[in-house]
Amino acid sequence: MTGAVAGPRAKSEALLELRSVRVGFRERRHEHEIVRGVNLLVRAGEKLGIVGESGSGKTLTVLSVLRLLPGRLQLLSGRVSFAGQDLTELRERQLRQVRGSQVAMVYQDPMTSLNPLLRVRSQVVETLRAHGAGRDEAHDRCREVLYQVGLPDPERVERSFPHELSGGMQQRVMIAIALSVSPRLLIADEPTTALDVTVQQQILELVEGLQEHTGMAVVWVTHDLGVVARTVDQVAVMYAGRVVELAPTRRLFARPSHPYTAALLGALPSAGAGHRRPLTQIGGTPPDPARLGSGCPFRARCRHAVARCEEEEPTLIGRGEGSFAACWRAPEEWAS
Amino acid sequence: MLASVARRLLSMLVTLLGVSVIIFLVLRLLPGNAVTAQMGVSAGLLSHAQRVALDHYYGVGEPFLRQYVSWLGAMLTGNLGVSLSSRTSVVSLVGAALPVTLELAIASMVIGELIGVLFGVFGSLRPRGVVDNAGQGVAVVGLGVPSFVIGTGLVTFLASSFHYFPSSRAFAGLFSNPWLNLQQIFFPALTLGLGVGAAIMRTTRAAMLEVVSTGFARTARGKGLSKFVVTWKHLFLGALVPVVTMSGIQLGYLLGGTVVVEQIFVLPGLGRLLVNSISNRDFPVVQSVTLIFAAGFIVVNMLTDMLYTLIDPRTHAR
Repeated sequence: MTGAVAGPRAKSEALLELRSVRVGFRERRHEHEIVRGVNLLVRAGEKLGIVGESGSGKTLTVLSVLRLLPGRLQLLSGRVSFAGQDLTELRERQLRQVRGSQVAMVYQDPMTSLNPLLRVRSQVVETLRAHGAGRDEAHDRCREVLYQVGLPDPERVERSFPHELSGGMQQRVMIAIALSVSPRLLIADEPTTALDVTVQQQILELVEGLQEHTGMAVVWVTHDLGVVARTVDQVAVMYAGRVVELAPTRRLFARPSHPYTAALLGALPSAGAGHRRPLTQIGGTPPDPARLGSGCPFRARCRHAVARCEEEEPTLIGRGEGSFAACWRAPEEWAS
Repeated sequence: MLASVARRLLSMLVTLLGVSVIIFLVLRLLPGNAVTAQMGVSAGLLSHAQRVALDHYYGVGEPFLRQYVSWLGAMLTGNLGVSLSSRTSVVSLVGAALPVTLELAIASMVIGELIGVLFGVFGSLRPRGVVDNAGQGVAVVGLGVPSFVIGTGLVTFLASSFHYFPSSRAFAGLFSNPWLNLQQIFFPALTLGLGVGAAIMRTTRAAMLEVVSTGFARTARGKGLSKFVVTWKHLFLGALVPVVTMSGIQLGYLLGGTVVVEQIFVLPGLGRLLVNSISNRDFPVVQSVTLIFAAGFIVVNMLTDMLYTLIDPRTHAR
């Protein structure tokens, strides 16, 4: 085999793989599911977007990877493999070596994700120290990554407390912490949602640039399709705890295969200013995960629903060009 | 920072002044005065001339304001007066009793913080677990059973079951006989420390449970930090402000608690001095000791306030 072939092949290795991941809580032997069986695959260096409304289970799905689910929520069943290793079988101590160093996370609200009582330096350095860096090495690296994420005057920033920084700067610090140990996968859980629009764009570009620079894989969770349009290779659209459409980004935007995706795209303001069309909204509200019943969870809000949608919940079906959708009806059959 | 300390010191002085007025008035409003306190029933046998002379000597008939000002003036120069019953200076009485009470208070706080923080933190890591339930049990006893019951129970138990009763021997100073002193201080400190520990445990546990679900707790775990670092550096630090508040309040109450416990364990501290002086109508001592307790309370409050700014940098902004 030649080197030219080995390159892409190495890149195509599965890095993170979720198989039938179910998240929820147990109550007197009864399982309440919120994430109802999600399968996802991220290859090394690949960028995957997970899109969905709040409550669709996208955040819980990614939190389950590093076992960071809040409160009573837990992984009910399923496998989470990272680089061939099943993370669900690891002991807490072993998982700690994956957390932060192999898989790093950036969260939605930087204000609450940083410890308000500790200086920035302490919060960056402790991560490095936990993964084997010496004291001096950690301090040098701290400055380096703060500089790398575009913070002006890293010396001042590292002496600051989080509340002395703006939201955008705080998120840059979070990204610096995530990057400091050179992870192979970055999970960004709506990192721009709590920020001003102008700052959102900066953070987006920052992560994009860093991804290109380091070649790490990125899972980008967002409720904003516009955010993923440019950034990711693949998009998984989640609805009511399941992936309802999975497709390469271009294909998804050009020809959505699930009515929910189509509706989301319809609600997106288009970039061309001359191209004026009214924005459509999706009527109704997402279903309560406690009472889904049988049938497609989107049927009540779907304009193309047929009798079968009431009875049976569709699973992902191949639609060609690497696209999969959980819908009984092909787009050609949609009555408009 | 300096300005805020100065402001606090000033407000502390004003409070203390107010407290001194109240103490002064309350004592003057009680029936009896320095002369009757001195002479007991024989005060009735005094001739009018003797009576006038004594009143003049003790300043009994003087207007309150004048009495107050002269008391305050004397105190500011370090003269706390002379005890009516023992005829020694109040300064020397307080000087002997204060270290005992301070030692008791510090020992009680140490025991209380140990019980409270350890049970609170480890209990909160596994709510309804073994440690948590044990802690809750201790808390019920510590909060529900008054210190005089725990104290007398402890004394009875030790004396009857083990024939061990260190308090029956003359009180030993911390420096002259440390081993005996620690034995004598430990049990009263445990008695008070249980109550303190119970309150601190509840606060710690509640604060920890709140912090566990915050974003920064998740970040800390997600970074791959060790359990120890996550628990103490992130969770406990985050829970520290309410714990410090509760500790300050408890230390304040503790000063009052020493009155009862010193009585039970025969410790020659301020509390015991106060109780004896009250029954002897020994105004100069009562005034001074009460004022010292009040000052202690105020100082503790101020220290707690200053600790906040050390723990939480956001409080600087105010």
